[in-house]
Amino acid sequence: MKALSQKRRHPFAFVALLLLGLLLTGGLYAAATTVNQAQATGDVPDGYSADQVEEGERLFVANCATCHGINAEGSDAGPSLVGVGAASVEFQVGTGRMPMQMQGPQAQQKPPQFNDEQTTQLAAYVASLGAGPAVPDEQYLDVDQGDPARGGELFRINCAMCHNAAGAGGALTEGKFAPSLHGVDEVHIYTAMTTGPQNMPVFSDSNIPPEDKRDIIAFLKTYEAQGSPGGFSLGFLGPVSEGLLIWTLGLALLIGSMVWLTSRSS
Amino acid sequence: MSTPHTPKYTEAQYLEVDQYQPKTRTGRITNYFDQRVGGTSIVKEFGRKVFPDHWTFMFGEVALYSFVIVVLSGAFLTFWFDPSMATTRYSGSYAPLQGLEMSMAYATALELSFDVRGGLFMRQVHHWGALLFVLAMSIHMLRVFFTGAFRKPREVNWVIGVALLLAGMAAGFTGYSLPDEVLSGNGLRIIDGMIKAIPVIGTYISFFLFGGEFPGNEVIPRLYTLHIFIIPAIILILIAIHLFLVVVHKHTQYPGPGRTERNVVGYPVGPVYAAKAGGFFFIVAGILSLISGTFQINALWNYGPYDPSPVQAGAQPDWYIGPFEGVLRLMPGYIGDMSLEFVIPTPWGGNSVATPVLIPMIPIAILFLGMFIWPWLEAWISGDKKEHHLLDRPRNAPTRTAIGAATVVFYCIMWGMGSNDLIATHFQLSLNDITYWSRVLIFLGPIITYILTKRICLALQRKDRETALHGHEAGIIEVSPDGEFHERHSRPDEYELWTLVSYEAPEPSGPQPNAKGKITRTEKFRAWLNRIWWEDRVEPVSREEYLEALEHDHHEPEALGPHTKRELEHNKH
Amino acid sequence: MGEHGNGDRDSGAVITAGEGDKGSYAIDNPGLPPHRPRLADVDEKAAKRAERQVTALFLVSIIGTVVFFVGYFAVGRMDEFDDYFDGMTALRLQNTLLGVGAALAMLGIGLGVVHWAKTLMPDHEIVEDRKPLRTEQDRQEAEKIVTEVVEETQIKRRPLMRNTLIAAALLAPLPGIVMFRDLDRSEDFGVERLRHSLWDEGVRLVRDPTGTPIRAADLTVGSAMHVIPENLREISSHGERLSEKAKAVVLLMRLNPDEFENPEHPEWTHEGIIACSKVCTHVGCPVALYERHTHHLLCPCHQSTFDASQEFKVVFGPAGRPLPQLPITVDDEGFLVAQSDFQEPVGPTYWERGNA
Repeated sequence: MKALSQKRRHPFAFVALLLLGLLLTGGLYAAATTVNQAQATGDVPDGYSADQVEEGERLFVANCATCHGINAEGSDAGPSLVGVGAASVEFQVGTGRMPMQMQGPQAQQKPPQFNDEQTTQLAAYVASLGAGPAVPDEQYLDVDQGDPARGGELFRINCAMCHNAAGAGGALTEGKFAPSLHGVDEVHIYTAMTTGPQNMPVFSDSNIPPEDKRDIIAFLKTYEAQGSPGGFSLGFLGPVSEGLLIWTLGLALLIGSMVWLTSRSS
Repeated sequence: MSTPHTPKYTEAQYLEVDQYQPKTRTGRITNYFDQRVGGTSIVKEFGRKVFPDHWTFMFGEVALYSFVIVVLSGAFLTFWFDPSMATTRYSGSYAPLQGLEMSMAYATALELSFDVRGGLFMRQVHHWGALLFVLAMSIHMLRVFFTGAFRKPREVNWVIGVALLLAGMAAGFTGYSLPDEVLSGNGLRIIDGMIKAIPVIGTYISFFLFGGEFPGNEVIPRLYTLHIFIIPAIILILIAIHLFLVVVHKHTQYPGPGRTERNVVGYPVGPVYAAKAGGFFFIVAGILSLISGTFQINALWNYGPYDPSPVQAGAQPDWYIGPFEGVLRLMPGYIGDMSLEFVIPTPWGGNSVATPVLIPMIPIAILFLGMFIWPWLEAWISGDKKEHHLLDRPRNAPTRTAIGAATVVFYCIMWGMGSNDLIATHFQLSLNDITYWSRVLIFLGPIITYILTKRICLALQRKDRETALHGHEAGIIEVSPDGEFHERHSRPDEYELWTLVSYEAPEPSGPQPNAKGKITRTEKFRAWLNRIWWEDRVEPVSREEYLEALEHDHHEPEALGPHTKRELEHNKH
Repeated sequence: MGEHGNGDRDSGAVITAGEGDKGSYAIDNPGLPPHRPRLADVDEKAAKRAERQVTALFLVSIIGTVVFFVGYFAVGRMDEFDDYFDGMTALRLQNTLLGVGAALAMLGIGLGVVHWAKTLMPDHEIVEDRKPLRTEQDRQEAEKIVTEVVEETQIKRRPLMRNTLIAAALLAPLPGIVMFRDLDRSEDFGVERLRHSLWDEGVRLVRDPTGTPIRAADLTVGSAMHVIPENLREISSHGERLSEKAKAVVLLMRLNPDEFENPEHPEWTHEGIIACSKVCTHVGCPVALYERHTHHLLCPCHQSTFDASQEFKVVFGPAGRPLPQLPITVDDEGFLVAQSDFQEPVGPTYWERGNA
């Protein structure tokens, strides 16, 4: 170990390491693409029927191919969908983000344009293109089995910095933002974690195991159901909205009473 | 010194105290107390003391009352809150935190919120009250500034007011930090970073505050001592002096009919003013209760026990610290590829200067320093060293009003920057763009505001002048026999007229020689500022002008068209 | 400012604005406008009505107090509820009832008393003369007393005594300041401790808060992981643990290796996995917002933005230095470990930091 670490400071060590790294990544990448290609030959993914894949492809060509390319290989307007998995479709289409209304800093949520059946068909098609995160098993979406306290802890470490401690959302750079998590379906919270939509990092199962994801969802759902015990929540935005309230409603009530108090009675 | 002492008072005078025979019940009670504590002089002094009545005079009262409410609710909270950083495992009623390791401070703050009946309510009263306390002080201070109430003889009381504002902010910030959750912990972390940026002593101040490295397990009890003892004591003492001086000076009043520099016009303490002021305490308490019962504040259970790893979007301080946060966000750390941070080379390896943290402290320091010295600065510039008990209408002090408005805009840009992330998400803007724009606006905004405000003040003064000389436009159009249209004007009565004409606008005085007959460089500078202060002026209507206008009215010759009238008027100026 | 007192010193007189005002304005002060009687002054019916209104407001206050008690006793405490969500609903109801009850109780009294004062108490404005703050004679007497007192102490004539007194008075408060030295009683007192963190050669990176070690394969491209050193849990004191964690928190990301732009230290990364201190170099907030496509790290406190593909170079905001990078590699078992401690102190700049 020691010898190795000393050799690492050798001037050529850098070059050697770089070469090694390039070789390794190149090799891995080649391996990965062959795997993907093997999968993309039209195998029907687990849990879906051939009909669904076929129907999904039809929907895809009609609605998505303009941006994502006729074989989902991607274009300037949209990324390749090979290997993004069914979970991505479930999230992007299921929350109405796709098809996108217009190009912008990030896709906006809107009422979904496809029903559940069509979404599943699209998911089946995209899953058939290459291995990727799948739609989660029902048991991992059952919040009754989750531990909200543990989920809260995980949420604060992994999620709150972007989505706010109460899940109310927050700003990112250059007009991007982390959306509010209130009222978001369990499955969409889950698939967002596994796929990392837009600029969200990926929280794969090896990072946050499915049980932990369930805890996080349980926390969010508990939080949503418990409401705000102190009265109106003011959007769960913290001190800024509180300051705004005291400077508007608070001040208006005060000035109103002051003007009344000092005015002459008729 | 050996001459025998001649008593100043006679024996009879000493015995007099026991000879007064009160006839009424009130008289007997008064007598009892006067014999023991001399209460009658207080009643005599305050019983019928006159206070002027105007709604803008009540912000100071709001501040006082919200302070009282904050002290009372805070005292309630101390019975349950334990400011200890010793750890415990939470087992209270709030499910999403059960089983987590946390400090006693956070656990007892949660206990107060969920397991003590009315604890949540009192916490909310305490926090909303604190926001209101600083808000009321700020507006009170703006009122005092824009009406010139800080002028001689009240300069010292203004300084005490600024100190009170600072103490109020310190009280608020130390309180914000006590629950020891992630939000306030990160607030403290920012303070730690700012303290460490202070050259030479900063690092050690941080060590001493936190009892070692940040965060340690000492800081919460220390902040608690500051929050519930030292700072409130300072505030109490300052309030006592502040109110004592108000009594000494008697309250200022707005200019108006019957009001002079020599009198106070208003309602006597007993009964009207006492009833109104006492009733107003209950109104303020009622408003605070209403807000605390219906709007949640500082949902500290959201944030989780303090841990240096997490942070959340929307990490902001309470509103009065917002500008400090904003100005830190505004400052760029790099210009192009050049870092603004630098290291001073020294034999022992160099000392770092955290310029991006230090530069934003400058405008804040200037702001507060400016506030402290303003009364003397203004008197020095304007040359006005007279006593003032009548207030200025803001329009009649255009330069001061413009400087005040520019400062408010400067403050508001920093303040807005403190919430730029929420502005970005709620108005769908880019965070970065808001910051770039604010970096420009922080310089341009105050300048534009200064110019605009000054123009608006002068325009309002001209309008006053117009009204004083020619009356209000009555909205009635008359047609003269030869077909000319003109609007009828109604003259203001003498009470209104007095308000419009009774102000001063002296001409710039120019540099004055000192005792040796020399004009110093400082004096030249002062004269330059003095010219800026007074050069744009609208003179109050003079007696001659007014009489002429009256004259004019009587002859209001139909033959003269409006143009001719305007020309005539023009010549007068 | 120095001029402020100069004008008055010779005369001792106070100049008040408005002296000799008579005749200097367009008209003379017309005096108070005539008093206009209120309805209640002239109409006994109106006075009666006002009385009823005030009484009604006081009754509202009594009702408010009752509402408060209903909220306090009838709703009950949260731990009396079996169902958590019912308890939270009850708590909200209780808070609202207490607030509205107290508001009615307070506003009833406040509005009632003020209405009483406005409608029924005398509303004649009273003119009171201002007392001059002090007379010239007073000041002369005061000055004389002070001069005499100073004279009697002989302080001016005996400079030795005076100077030693000044020296003593200057020194005497010092113990009061020095006594605070023990605010920090740490054994390792000094700035040196800011230079080191728990990271060291071979220390495993583990997940925060679960403490499980991380294999390179656990991170897919685009992943971000919040990491602490494995030896953190060995510290038993809570405060010390937090202080060490405050320096040791790390964010781990995986990029495509070809996305790095001219890295200065490619050997500090492992197959596109790169680690940085989470403590902002500005004032110390955790920089934890990672955008996986732009590779930007954003600090939510003051929005310093760092680029992970350029070794955490500052691309926006107030930070004046890049985030320190933690050199990482894998150990024999395939788990990620640190190659060494950070190469520079983490966190905000402090005076003694130097070139580090």
